[in-house]
Amino acid sequence: MRTAFIDTLRELARKDDRVFLLTADMGYSVFETFMDEFPDRFLNTGIAEQNTIGIAAGLASRGKIVFVYSIIPFVTMRCFEQVRLDLAYNFMNVKLVGVGAGLTYGPLGSSHHALEDIAIMRSLPDMTVLCPGDPIETKELVKRSFEYDGPVYIRLGKNGEPKIHSDGTRIEIGKSITVLEGSDLALITTSNMLETGKRWVDEWKQDGINASLISMPSIKPFDSFTVENLIDDEIPIITLEEHSVIGGLGSIVSEVIAKKGKSVKFQQIGINDEFSHIIGGHDFQRKKFSLDAKPSLKFIE
Amino acid sequence: MEGKLQQPMLEDICKSIRIDVLKMMHKSFSSHIGGCYSVIEILVTLYFKILNVDPKNLNDNERDILLLSKAHSSAALYAILAEKQFFPKEYLDTYYQDDGKLPGHLNKKTAPGIEFSFGSLGHGLSVGCGMALGNKRMNNTGRIFVVLGDGECNEGSVWEAAMFASHHKLSNLTAIIDYNKIQSFGSTNEVINQEPISDKWKSFGWQVFEIDGHNHNELLDAFNSPNENLPKVIIAHTVKGKGVSFMENSLDWHYKSPDDEQLNLALKELE
Ligand SMILES: Cc1ncc(C[n+]2csc(CCOP(=O)(O)OP(=O)(O)O)c2C)c(N)n1
Repeated sequence: MRTAFIDTLRELARKDDRVFLLTADMGYSVFETFMDEFPDRFLNTGIAEQNTIGIAAGLASRGKIVFVYSIIPFVTMRCFEQVRLDLAYNFMNVKLVGVGAGLTYGPLGSSHHALEDIAIMRSLPDMTVLCPGDPIETKELVKRSFEYDGPVYIRLGKNGEPKIHSDGTRIEIGKSITVLEGSDLALITTSNMLETGKRWVDEWKQDGINASLISMPSIKPFDSFTVENLIDDEIPIITLEEHSVIGGLGSIVSEVIAKKGKSVKFQQIGINDEFSHIIGGHDFQRKKFSLDAKPSLKFIE
Repeated sequence: MEGKLQQPMLEDICKSIRIDVLKMMHKSFSSHIGGCYSVIEILVTLYFKILNVDPKNLNDNERDILLLSKAHSSAALYAILAEKQFFPKEYLDTYYQDDGKLPGHLNKKTAPGIEFSFGSLGHGLSVGCGMALGNKRMNNTGRIFVVLGDGECNEGSVWEAAMFASHHKLSNLTAIIDYNKIQSFGSTNEVINQEPISDKWKSFGWQVFEIDGHNHNELLDAFNSPNENLPKVIIAHTVKGKGVSFMENSLDWHYKSPDDEQLNLALKELE
């Protein structure tokens, strides 16, 4: 996703000279090409995330379309009040791009994990929250965020995720994408769990269970309509995210269900309310937090 | 615990710590060896000559406390803590590994001797201020030492803490800046120029020492010089990647880990 992001940003920068990239001292082996091509529209603001967000807001007020890049906790949590006031309250045209969704930075520890970012970012009025699940969603949503005049948070995984959608698929802010159709159950994923979701649905198919796979990269605005249809059709729902069970995709879907006032079988898969004190790589952490093997479907029997 | 070790012994210890760190980085493919190598003399001098802390007094509230705020250099601290027998040396083999004991950034729950969990830069000096203030208020003689990166000093929180420390005359607080001139995506003074760095800290009300951070005598003199009822900062000029020629002064070695060939080359230089 990182490569899809930087390639798309370079394309946009070629088309529109308002595009400006700020980094708080991150981006080694990612931004060299951008720096060479657009030296006047790139700045390393230093390890000073709060200041960086303020600078981005100021640049945006002078007409720039500013992308700010760092590891997720540093571009969201470290500078949260600057994001809330300088970007959301003042409604500035700044796109925050965070890398390292969920447990991506496994062995680096909890300071580098991103398990609460969706919850805090979606709680901000006027903030758009996008969590692409593959390089196609990344490319498309970076473009959509560029076309949209306002603050956006884009949550990236790492690099090397497989393409799930075919090239040329159009992805919109506020819309889910049904990747596979099935009527026994619906698996809704967001962000970097799309690949795992695809694997589960394929495995269920071999077990004779037809599940649909719905990718939900747009967390805010949210495609409630699709979820409401599932409820109306009495299709059991599973949500899957590499994020705390508090405030993420599972929470949003349960809010939709509660508002609808009609019951549906529902299971939420995410990280329980805890820090990871486990040491190990991304895959290892996923296994430890039961995000790897497909869950039992007892709840729909 | 005032160590009785002489300087040649400190140099030997640093050598063996560098080798431990090299092997950890090689086995784990992890980053940040450059910032480990720049800080080794600072940490070894502290743990072997200055700090009143050892595996037996970890529950003593009057012990000295070291906070490694640039916690991405954890491997250097782990190797020293193992050398001081805070935990078994075997822990080092599990650094960064699946189901291992020691993570990339400091987590105080993982092993004894790690005083505080860090990993996001710019937190340590504030926590150190709180500890130093607490000790003063309780007439606790324990001293607080905080090791910071030069890039880390880009963070505004470092300067908020700097103002606080001198305002409250935290003479039991010492900050050490590992001034290795390189951060994550550029040269420190090209990203944000901090020079004249000594004058900045002086004007923030600190007692300032500017020394060679690889020279144990200069480090010892700075640590041992009497406190003037002010917090003390030691600006330690260092070399990122110090000790291995091809790693020295190189941004690449903020990220790279040695492959088999580089491991052998580096071992030859270090042994
Ligand atoms: C708040 C925060 N922003 C960004 C990072 C990512 N990061 C890790 S190390 C580093 C560079 C640190 O430079 P410096 O303090 O000079 O350390 P050293 O050169 O000694 O390794 C950065 C930006 C971080 N850990 N915390």
